[in-house]
Amino acid sequence: MNAFHKLKDRVAIVGVGNTAYGNFPEIDDFGLGARAFRNAVEDCGIGKDQIDGLLVCRVPSYARMGEILGLNPRWTVQMPPHGRMSGMAIIEAAAALDAGLCDYAALIYANIGRSRRVNYGGDESPGVWDPWGFTSPGASHALMFQRHSALYGTTTRQLAEVSVAFRHHACLNPSAVMKQPITIDDHEAARPITEPLRLLDYCLINDGAVCIIMTTKERARDLKKRPVMISGIGAREAYSTASIPNFSLNFWYDEMRDVAAQAYGMAGVGPADVDALMCYDNFSPTVLFSLEGLGFCEQGEAGSFVEGGALKLGGRLPTNTDGGHLSNSYMQGWALNIEAVRQLRGECEGRQVKDAEVVQYCGATPCSRSIIYTAG
Amino acid sequence: MQGTTAKPRPRIDPVSRGFWDNARAGKLSVQMCQDCGDKHFPGSPVCPKCLSENQSWAPVSGKGTLLSWVRFHRAYWDGFRDDLPYLVCLVGLDEGPLLMSNLAGVEPEQIRIGARVEAIFESIDEEFTLPKFRVSD
Ligand SMILES: [Zn+2]
Repeated sequence: MNAFHKLKDRVAIVGVGNTAYGNFPEIDDFGLGARAFRNAVEDCGIGKDQIDGLLVCRVPSYARMGEILGLNPRWTVQMPPHGRMSGMAIIEAAAALDAGLCDYAALIYANIGRSRRVNYGGDESPGVWDPWGFTSPGASHALMFQRHSALYGTTTRQLAEVSVAFRHHACLNPSAVMKQPITIDDHEAARPITEPLRLLDYCLINDGAVCIIMTTKERARDLKKRPVMISGIGAREAYSTASIPNFSLNFWYDEMRDVAAQAYGMAGVGPADVDALMCYDNFSPTVLFSLEGLGFCEQGEAGSFVEGGALKLGGRLPTNTDGGHLSNSYMQGWALNIEAVRQLRGECEGRQVKDAEVVQYCGATPCSRSIIYTAG
Repeated sequence: MQGTTAKPRPRIDPVSRGFWDNARAGKLSVQMCQDCGDKHFPGSPVCPKCLSENQSWAPVSGKGTLLSWVRFHRAYWDGFRDDLPYLVCLVGLDEGPLLMSNLAGVEPEQIRIGARVEAIFESIDEEFTLPKFRVSD
């Protein structure tokens, strides 16, 4: 048993809010963050001046955000604008709340990458491999998928199952950006970007914001909605090949095995107990790697695991029921975490997983994380 | 300032200079710790294993194994637009470190992951030579 396992069911998510997702050149990150914050405050029924903890991610200034929201908290954290930060942020906030560093924490994420035309490659993110033309996180996922194919025979038609399932969910989600169903053949015919990956293996780039409000179990009881408990957490970094951004020669398998042992061990559940998975999906291959690392299947078997719509609602493991980064919104893990909360509250209407009791978030990245949520 | 059609050039600093000097002389090298012998790439201000600053750029065999590849169909720099689609490979050097590079003289259909590869050197101009790889078996 790890010492941090004492955090089990100590901290809850009590409020979630988001903006519309799309292309909003008329509003900045602070404006979007403020809208999401207002929605989350309304969702949990808290007085906003009770909030004494502020975490911002991809918001340019914590101080300006505080000024705009009229907050003078006693705990502040600013996270860099990287996709892997959502799970890290929620875990940091849980530890701070448990320690009493704050009583109510608001976590705010905002992204204006669409309207400001962010590229995620080239001169925007200079690296040591630029002279050879290697750049962009998608290219790293292409390298990994190519190697996975060579080692285990995974096919692009199997990879397509990921994008097809998540698009199916987006079509059931009124706030999702993408509304057109796709087929495996559509995936195969899409424009190649970094071969073997194609356009439909890539996440969206869109504007939007998400806010999560957290507090301790005791305080959570007095709020508007049924709390969602943080029952398990797991964490492991992989920095030894950080110069190849977003890359792991072994698909973050060892790290995710470690993350899984920590999180399942703490929550007292296993993969078979997971009613829905919210899986970080900046690019479709990482979903396959996550399934293997968490132990939903053996290493090398994720291709066959996902065949036949296994990740769809009604399938053996409903995954990214909001449509994920591939088809709902590129909120870098944040929207997946609020989808987990909404599933456990039973608020998902046409995309609701029946009787959801255990929902897991995971991200296989250089900072791999997982959070197991249960209904409080 | 480079023109917009130029390809990106290496960022040469006190740590990386030895690699590019060796490349210009037709030698592939990795950074080696003089205290513990650890070999790594890219260069680092201290040895990641023992934190020593006593390091040098040690020539390696130039031989390795193809671990993966990706073919770019999008130009993130205008300078690569005329090369599309172009191949980038991931090589595991026999001495250990991983290297990203370009794979010359093959089509994707012919590429076998696990193939043996060896370094070749492409002179870009008098200051800068780019190590690339070709299949050797
Ligand atoms: Zn050393």
